[in-house]
Amino acid sequence: MRPLASASALGLTADGLRVEFGQFVAVDGLSFEVKPGESFGIVGESGSGKSTVLRALCGLAPLVAGTVVLTGESERPAPGSKAFRRRVQMVFQDPYGSLHPRQTVDRILAEPLAIHGIADAEARIEQSLAEVGLADGFRFRYPHQLSGGQRQRIAIARALILEPQILLLDEPTSALDASVQAEVLNLLETLRERRRLTFILVSHDLAVVTHLCGRLLVMHQGQPVEELAAADLASHRVQADYTRSLMLASAGFQRDNAV
Amino acid sequence: MSQNTPPLLQVDDLRVAYPGREGGWREVVRGVSFDLSRERLAIVGESGSGKSQTGRAIMGLTAPGGRVTAGQLRFRGMDLLGCAAAERRALRGGRIAMVLQDPKFSLNPVATIGAQIAETLRSHQRVSRAEARERTMAALADVQIDNPARVAALYPHEVSGGMGQRAMIAMMLIAGPDLLIADEPTSALDVTVQLQVLRILDRLVEQRGMGLIFISHDLRLVSSFCDRVLVMYAGRVVEELSSGRLHEAKHPYTRGLLNCLPQLGASRHPLPVLERQAEWLL
Repeated sequence: MRPLASASALGLTADGLRVEFGQFVAVDGLSFEVKPGESFGIVGESGSGKSTVLRALCGLAPLVAGTVVLTGESERPAPGSKAFRRRVQMVFQDPYGSLHPRQTVDRILAEPLAIHGIADAEARIEQSLAEVGLADGFRFRYPHQLSGGQRQRIAIARALILEPQILLLDEPTSALDASVQAEVLNLLETLRERRRLTFILVSHDLAVVTHLCGRLLVMHQGQPVEELAAADLASHRVQADYTRSLMLASAGFQRDNAV
Repeated sequence: MSQNTPPLLQVDDLRVAYPGREGGWREVVRGVSFDLSRERLAIVGESGSGKSQTGRAIMGLTAPGGRVTAGQLRFRGMDLLGCAAAERRALRGGRIAMVLQDPKFSLNPVATIGAQIAETLRSHQRVSRAEARERTMAALADVQIDNPARVAALYPHEVSGGMGQRAMIAMMLIAGPDLLIADEPTSALDVTVQLQVLRILDRLVEQRGMGLIFISHDLRLVSSFCDRVLVMYAGRVVEELSSGRLHEAKHPYTRGLLNCLPQLGASRHPLPVLERQAEWLL
C-alpha cells in the first residue's frame, strides 16, 4: 500500500479570523501560528468560540474575514479545496453523535476513501482499525454496539484513514470516563509520533491541554486572552487574570473561597 | 442529634436488577449499604458503575421493569420499599429531592421557570398563589439569581446552563427537603460556572442542615466537596474514604482512577491506564 502523500509535516497560520452568526460575533480577530509537527491547544469555556475556530479552519463555519494558510515543506493546497480537506481532518467531541447510527464501522471508514477516490480500501480499513487498537472483528459492528471509547477510536480512525498531516481535535475526550480518557490520550500521542502529525486541540480541561500540547491559546468571548507555553501554565506563570481564574477553577472546590 | 434517632437514610444491601436478554435478571446495583446523617456523601464511579441507579432507587425513580430489593431502605425510619405509592409520591420532591444532570433536558421546555418552581411548592404544600409566587422569588434569590422576577418569566431555552441548573436547585429546595440527591449536577457546566453552583449548593446544605448525596464521576471534585466518598465499581461499593484522605485510597481501582488523570504541572507520558482486574467484579 502506497502512502498517499509525502510524510513531511504541515503547519498552519491563521490570521485575523472573524466568524459571525447573524449579529453575534463568535470569533473576533484571532491570529495564531502552528508550526509543522507542533501540538497546539486552544482553551476556553463554552461560548468562548474555541470550537468555532476549529470549524472555521476546516471550512465548517463561514469566515467573514481573515485567512488560513498551510505552511511547511510539502505541497500546500488552499483552504476549501478537496486536497486541503484530505490533509486537514477533524475529530469531533461527541462520539455518540458524530458516527452515523445506521452505518457499520466498515461503511463509516470506507466513505472518506470513496470521496477522495483512494484505492485499496480493504487494506486501508484493516490497517486503520489496527492502528487505533481495535481488532478486525469491530469492522462490521454498528456504533450502538460500541462503547464510548471504542467509538472515539473509530472517529480517530476515520480522520486518519486519509493520512492527513493536520488533525483538528474538538474536545476529543470530554465525553469519556477518566480511565478511557487516559487510553485515548495515549493513543493520540502515539499516533502523533508515528505519523508526525500536527495537532490543534480544543478543550476546556487545562490538564488535558497541557498534557498533549506544547503551546496553547486562551480564548474568552471570541477573543484571544493570551498565548503561552504549556510549561508556563503548569508552573503557574500566567499573565492574564482570566487564565488565572481558569486555573483556580480547575484546581477544584475550595471551601475557604465559599464565604 | 441524639443517639436514639435513626439516621436520615439507612440503606442496607440495596440491589437493583433489570431483566436480562436470556431471561433472568441482570443486577446493576449489587448490595450497596450505607447510612446517611446530615452530611455530604459522594458516590463516585464510572459510567455503568450503578451510581445513578443507586440514587434513583432511593428516590423511587427506577425505570419500569426494574426490580429494587433491599434488606433495609429507610428514610427517617420509614420503610421506603414497603410504603404505599402515594406516600412515596409525597416524599418525592417534598422530603427527598433530586437535582439532575442537564438542565436542558430536565426542565419542562413549555413552562416558565417561575411556573415550574411554584408547581413543585403547590403540589407539596397548601399555599396561596401569591405566597407561592413570593416564595418562588425567594428561592431564586437564594440560588444567587440577581433578578428573580425576570428569570421566573423566562423559558428554560432562554437561560444559560448555569442559570438553568440554579433554577433546578431552587425548584428542588423550595419544599424544604431533608435529603437532596444530586446526580452529576455540574457535569454539563463549565468549570467556572461549576464552582459557582457548587458554592451555592454547599451554602444551602449547610444552612438548612440537609443530607446530600452527590453522585459524580469526578473523584477529585467530590473529594474537595464532600465529607465522605463511596467509590463504586460494577454495582458494588469497593471503597469508602473520608474526603481529604484520597491519597490513602487502598483499592487498586480507586488508585488507578486517580492515577490516570492528566495533572497540571506533572509531565507523564504516556499516562498510566487502568488495568481492570477480573477479581474486582466479585
